[in-house]
Amino acid sequence: MAGLGEKTKAYLESRFEISAIREFAGKKKVPEHKRSFWYFFGGICLFLFIIQVLTGILLLLYYTPSVDAAHESIQFIMSQVKFGWLIRSVHSWTANILVGVIFIHMFSSFFLKAYRPPRELTWISGFLLLVLFLAFGFSGYLLPWNELSFFATRVGTDIAGVIPVVGKALKTFILGGPEVSGATLTRFFWLHVAVLPAFSLLIMGIHIILVQTLGMSKPIGIGEAKEISFFPDFILKDSLGWLIILAVVGAVCVFLPWEVGPKADPFASTPLGIKPEWYFTFMFTTLKLVPAHIFTIEGELLAVMGFMLGGLLLMLVPFLDRRAAREKRSPVFTAFGLAVLVYIIVMTGLTYLAPDIGK
Amino acid sequence: MPVKSSLREMKRRSRLLLSALLFMSMPLAVSAQKNSCVECHLQMDDALKAPAEGFAADVHKQFGLGCEDCHGGNPAQDDVELAKDRSFKGSPERAKIPEFCGSCHSDSATMRKFNPNLRVDQLALYWTSRHGQLLKEGDASGAVCTDCHGVHGIQPSNFPKSQVFPWNIPQTCGRCHSNAETMKAYGISVRQVDDYKQSVHARALFEKKDLSAPACNDCHGNHGAAPPEVTSIAFVCRQCHSSAGDLFSRSPHKEAFDSLGMSECEACHGNHKIISPADEMLAGGQNDICLQCHDAGTEPHQTGLEIKRRIDDFVASSEAAGKLLASAESKGIEVSEAKFKLQDSLSSLVLARNLTHGLSLPEIETSLGDGAKILAEVMVSGEAALREAKFRRSGLIIATAFIILLALALYLKIRDLQRSPKHQR
Repeated sequence: MAGLGEKTKAYLESRFEISAIREFAGKKKVPEHKRSFWYFFGGICLFLFIIQVLTGILLLLYYTPSVDAAHESIQFIMSQVKFGWLIRSVHSWTANILVGVIFIHMFSSFFLKAYRPPRELTWISGFLLLVLFLAFGFSGYLLPWNELSFFATRVGTDIAGVIPVVGKALKTFILGGPEVSGATLTRFFWLHVAVLPAFSLLIMGIHIILVQTLGMSKPIGIGEAKEISFFPDFILKDSLGWLIILAVVGAVCVFLPWEVGPKADPFASTPLGIKPEWYFTFMFTTLKLVPAHIFTIEGELLAVMGFMLGGLLLMLVPFLDRRAAREKRSPVFTAFGLAVLVYIIVMTGLTYLAPDIGK
Repeated sequence: MPVKSSLREMKRRSRLLLSALLFMSMPLAVSAQKNSCVECHLQMDDALKAPAEGFAADVHKQFGLGCEDCHGGNPAQDDVELAKDRSFKGSPERAKIPEFCGSCHSDSATMRKFNPNLRVDQLALYWTSRHGQLLKEGDASGAVCTDCHGVHGIQPSNFPKSQVFPWNIPQTCGRCHSNAETMKAYGISVRQVDDYKQSVHARALFEKKDLSAPACNDCHGNHGAAPPEVTSIAFVCRQCHSSAGDLFSRSPHKEAFDSLGMSECEACHGNHKIISPADEMLAGGQNDICLQCHDAGTEPHQTGLEIKRRIDDFVASSEAAGKLLASAESKGIEVSEAKFKLQDSLSSLVLARNLTHGLSLPEIETSLGDGAKILAEVMVSGEAALREAKFRRSGLIIATAFIILLALALYLKIRDLQRSPKHQR
């Protein structure tokens, strides 16, 4: 037996250079300081993504992406398929938790100024992953073809239509026509299970390779920090976090399985209080609050442009924050990040606490 | 040359003639738009001003008719004496109003010019009505056209503000029929409108805005309004409730009611105050209407009790199934299909309740039996859903315990590693 084991090891070694990987993992160190807690959120994102992929693949066994069968197939999964309720609930709940954790990971990296050279591309790839996962959320939300998702998609794509020059064409492209229809469902499905996973895997691969090769960033002002080995110390701590998340997700899915909702009726009037998924609500409420016109420009247009500009600035922050690049504190950028964070929290809170605001 | 000159002269004269004609016709054109009736009446006191104000929104005005078309006279004249010329008819006497309106509304040739769809038998029907008969007998308080349709400011009956639009009819009829002073002479109760407002029909009309729900005219008639005879009440109700009517006709009650000269539907459901039918109206219920004719303990009453018992049993099973599904749903189990089935079973109950009009216990049993089979399936689904909920919770406890154990082991390992001399370095 030992001979077979050795032979297999040698076979793999000659093809994959496993010893090099093991050596790299053995040497790899992770800084440990009072803020190293935030490092774990990247690993949690990866863990939740893996859950998304696995549960998504299982859902594909029964889900049918057509207007006539989408809602029915979800209902079938939830009521008839063995553990279908668990798979779908885990998929939906972890999708939401994942977006939340990505936001935490991004803001923690922002405030720790982890985007400093040479990690600009790590930051940009991370930002692109946030955009991709928001697109995952938006496209996945419509797939059950229920009343809430149908009208939320209508509201969401109306926002896209506001973008100057390309807005209308973009909206038509997203919807596959002038309205949310069967064509939209097919497109969103195509986007959700083919296009977005392909891009995500590519960018996530780059992101992880960059994190592994460049290592974790130490916050400004922390000179010589204590270090722990990536394997097994950091990985074990990461795994502990993953287990806690798994237990929480399990409990949530048993007590609050993700609801199916009534089937979408395109001819029905928009139900009261319709709103998008929680991670889009800060934009939604802003659009409700913005005046019809600011000077001579349409308020909605200005808000959408503002969000796009804000996103662009956030993505390019490694090149804008020159003080941080020189290992100096940059309170202006910290204040800017804080303002954005407070804004997102306040607007999201207002959506749920004062739903009639701006009507 | 002389020919040319005469031609030129002719042209000149023609131009002069044309100009003169145009000049002479101008006052005529102006006077055609003038309406001195409205101009003067708008400056008068309330009672005389009201017709001019109201006529602005009148359906007759919309069809191009003016004051003179009903009242005669010449509205083109400024002078009152000249305006009230020989054709002036003034206001018709109350007793003559039906004929006054009927002069156009009963003339198909006239009505065709304005609205070919409008019936022209209103006057003929009116004379058959109780109102028309009273007028014929010389009682001028009998309702005439204007009492229901208004005078100036008449709206088409399909216009929601019209006095004869379905949800305004009870109020329109009630102006006289709820007035004790007016009704005293006729010995008619004044409770009808108040009673009607408490009825299931009024709820449908006023709350659900269901225009197909009956108002006064749907049972009593419009222009030929009269109280329905005892024998005709059933036919009136059957206009909408045909199924219940058919069942009743097949029931033993039909012959008994006919021989006793009793009205059919009204005997149990009442007339104006027709409340929502309930199981409590059945034998043994709180509002047992069978007792009106049958003594307790008699065979017919016993049959009634049996019918109610079957229905009550089904209702109880249905409620139990509903509670079971609600409980499973509150535990997070998807039970929409079972809920749909429960809804389906209720159609058997609706059918059985209707079948009570036929008094056939076997038919009721068959209908409830069909529903009971569906209910049994719902109960099975509900119980399975509850078992599933229990299974999920047990599974969660086991899985969580396993995860906690694993997490604990990991924690201990991490602590071990942190204490190791390698880590200390």
